[in-house]
Amino acid sequence: MKIIKHPIRTIFLIIALTASTLSLAAPKIQNWTTENGLSVYYVHVPELPMINLRLTFDAGSARDGKNFGVAGLTAAMLDSGTKDLNADQLAEAFESVGAEFSSSSARDMASISLRTLTLPDEQKKAIDTWMDVIKNSAFPDKDFQRLIKQSLVGLEAEKQSPAAIASKAFYQHLYGDHPYAFPQNGNESTIKAMKVDDVKAYYARYFVAKNGQLAIVGAIKRTEAETLAKQIARTLKAGEKAQAIPAVKPLQTSETLHIDFPSSQSHIMIGQPGTKRGDNDYFALYLGNHGLGGSGFTSRLMKEVRVKRGLSYSVYSYFVSMREAGPFLLGLQTKNSQVEEAIKVATDVVKTFQKEGVSEAQLQASKINITGGFPLRTASNNDIIGYIAMIGFYGLPLDYLDTFTGTIDKISREEVMEAYKRRLHPDKFLTVIVGKKVKQVAHKDDKKEPTQ
Amino acid sequence: MNRIISRSLLLLAVLFLPLVSLAKEAPPKAPKTTPSVQEYTLDNGLKLLVKQDKRAPIAVVQIWYRVGTSYEHEGITGLSHALEHMMFKGTKTHKSGQFEVILSENGARNNAFTSQDYTAYYEVLANDRIEVALALEADRMRNLILDPKEFKKEIEVVKEERRMRTDDNPVSSTREQFNAVAFMNSPYRAPVIGWMVDLETMKLDDLQDWYKKWYAPNNATLVIVGDVEPEKIKILVDKYFAQIPKGELPEVKLRTEVKQFGARYLKVKLPAKVASLRMGFKTPGMIDAIKAVKGQPKVEQWEPYALEVLATILDGGSSARLAKNLVRGQEIAVGVGAGYYGFGRLSDLFVLSGTPAKGTTVMQLKDALLKEIQKLKDTLVTADELKRVKAQVIASEVYERDSIEHIATLLGSLEATGIGYQLMDAYVPQVLAVTPEQIQTVAKKYLINDHLTVAELIPQALKKASDKPAGDAK
Repeated sequence: MKIIKHPIRTIFLIIALTASTLSLAAPKIQNWTTENGLSVYYVHVPELPMINLRLTFDAGSARDGKNFGVAGLTAAMLDSGTKDLNADQLAEAFESVGAEFSSSSARDMASISLRTLTLPDEQKKAIDTWMDVIKNSAFPDKDFQRLIKQSLVGLEAEKQSPAAIASKAFYQHLYGDHPYAFPQNGNESTIKAMKVDDVKAYYARYFVAKNGQLAIVGAIKRTEAETLAKQIARTLKAGEKAQAIPAVKPLQTSETLHIDFPSSQSHIMIGQPGTKRGDNDYFALYLGNHGLGGSGFTSRLMKEVRVKRGLSYSVYSYFVSMREAGPFLLGLQTKNSQVEEAIKVATDVVKTFQKEGVSEAQLQASKINITGGFPLRTASNNDIIGYIAMIGFYGLPLDYLDTFTGTIDKISREEVMEAYKRRLHPDKFLTVIVGKKVKQVAHKDDKKEPTQ
Repeated sequence: MNRIISRSLLLLAVLFLPLVSLAKEAPPKAPKTTPSVQEYTLDNGLKLLVKQDKRAPIAVVQIWYRVGTSYEHEGITGLSHALEHMMFKGTKTHKSGQFEVILSENGARNNAFTSQDYTAYYEVLANDRIEVALALEADRMRNLILDPKEFKKEIEVVKEERRMRTDDNPVSSTREQFNAVAFMNSPYRAPVIGWMVDLETMKLDDLQDWYKKWYAPNNATLVIVGDVEPEKIKILVDKYFAQIPKGELPEVKLRTEVKQFGARYLKVKLPAKVASLRMGFKTPGMIDAIKAVKGQPKVEQWEPYALEVLATILDGGSSARLAKNLVRGQEIAVGVGAGYYGFGRLSDLFVLSGTPAKGTTVMQLKDALLKEIQKLKDTLVTADELKRVKAQVIASEVYERDSIEHIATLLGSLEATGIGYQLMDAYVPQVLAVTPEQIQTVAKKYLINDHLTVAELIPQALKKASDKPAGDAK
């Protein structure tokens, strides 16, 4: 159960990563490439007797093709056993030495991770087992059939969650025929039609050295890390890099999708295609969004929607930066009778922000928070491996963390405003509402609570 | 696991991870290398715990108040949590929202959370900004202004929070009803967020009264972990907190749960697609082994640790019995878990929960879980299993040190529940000392069917518009 990734957690990981800045102690990232083309990112952190390893591959659900869900199933099958070990023995091999194995997949990326102590016997057994998984995963059909049944129950569970329904519909409608529209967990027909050979073929195609990166963080010296990286690389075939995925088309008109659901509250997601990694406007948009909806209680959306009107517990906006344009996303939840009011208030905030921009004082406050908060975000080995895996995966410069603060500091108010005028299109937003359609209350600040 | 509620969803992920693992596996673990924790108590009763971790130039500041749902009574449930929301609405010297602005300008991340046993506020920030956090926390310990207009909005926010977390989530709703049936008179029967009707009738005066009663230095613990010098911290804390007068704390009634005389079953019929099961045995907590409770049978010091290891034998990863036997093996469950809730202020439950596989009923899953419990009573756990658990305990003791927030949260919660932060250092050796015979003993002694409560979520059709909304039984 621990391995299962919660979608919300993933989203916030992305925020944390993009929010990175650096003024003080940036982790010193070293990078090299092994003989068979595996790129290695390494940070030496000697304080705790542990090592984190993560292999990332361009093997997320955007690669599913017609087999919606195959990326997720492939990652999930990796704990099912190797040539020599069945699922029970594999779990035992890791856990008997206190090691933590995990694998996951998102839209762009799939990853295989390990955390182990550096006690010699424990470390050796953990890493040997990890390499066995990477090299010799057997994908037993029996385990595959079980996973299919579990996935089908998972798809049923999505149908009882308004948040899950909203998210699925949002991506589907935002991206149309683009691979980012694919449902990450597949759908009933694709999951039922899936064969274990699909998973094997997917693994063989995408989990290869030239399509991956290795991140190493912990109490391991450079020379040992090099030896280790070489060993790990040898478990992978050289293979080929995945093909580029197509660019995302902008929305042409505004669209509202209301999905009827018997909940007391409606989940609302509003957005458009936003930015990709390496986008020239990314930093200006990111900085602006801090004051718009990215900074919690100091953001305008939180003030207008929650603090002033009590309309929602959570309200936020952010740009998810992906290989191709990830979404700009604004989200909130409110009781069904307030849907119209909440949407109006939230989109008015965006429109006003776009029209009037951000004040110099607000911009400064955002800059201070972003840059001042940097050390908090690279404090743990877990934080660091998240960063370097991202830098490696998206091919960002090694000094990405070192220059982030400077880049943010240099952005002017005009640049932020200009980027928002050019890149945000509130007249072409997609709005997804999941909840019960009911009579709406008047937009009054001191309205009386209607009884349900 | 809805026992801890944070103020903002934005930090939910960050917050929930450490706390969920605390509630479920509850492994406060002891770093052996450093002389762990410095403790000071101010004249006004405020306790300060400082732990040094010099890996990064940052610190976490947490202030823990010994007040939560378990201090409330029927009719005022959710009061502690609502007050937590209002604690951001300004003081005599800081207007509403200014807290966040000041902290944001200092690069800090901040939030708060409420559980059954405590309400805590925290800031994570650069180690040269600790004073900013201390000044603000000292201010709102005594000088909060509770404004009716602010309350009117904020209570609506809390209701939205309840709708999101519980009313529209069939599994959460089941858990809420399960607790209310498992406990008859223990305050653990009430949800942290409060029953909707109590939120609807909550008054600002209730909050005012609650604040006055519980927010005092002698009811608080300040925890600071990070790259700090304990002696300097002590001086700073004195500067901001020493002048706050001691409060007159109300008496906390015992409210020990009455004995259960037979298993309880409840059916929860809600719009849903997937059935689920939650069951729990009444078990003593760590607190019962530390402090004898009047009228309660004696709990041996090792018993909670044996229950803790027992939970890990069942659900300590993919090689543990439940995953191995029920998810793989018999393929009876798609997900299943076990957890010992042994680290609260009051005794709680040993919980088993799960989602049956397609073609399996909830009652079949229940029987399979009870069979696993029976096995623990009949047969000693193997040496290999115990070895695995111990290896995991030793490893996670190291892994947990990777997060200073996690360490601070462990210290604070142990202190706030009355167990005492010293348990952090005692935990690992005590777990390592558990024997197969002790596990069998606690299984026989506590995991007995007469002390069991079973809840079954029975999915009802997800009807479309014009039908009754899900969840809220109003």
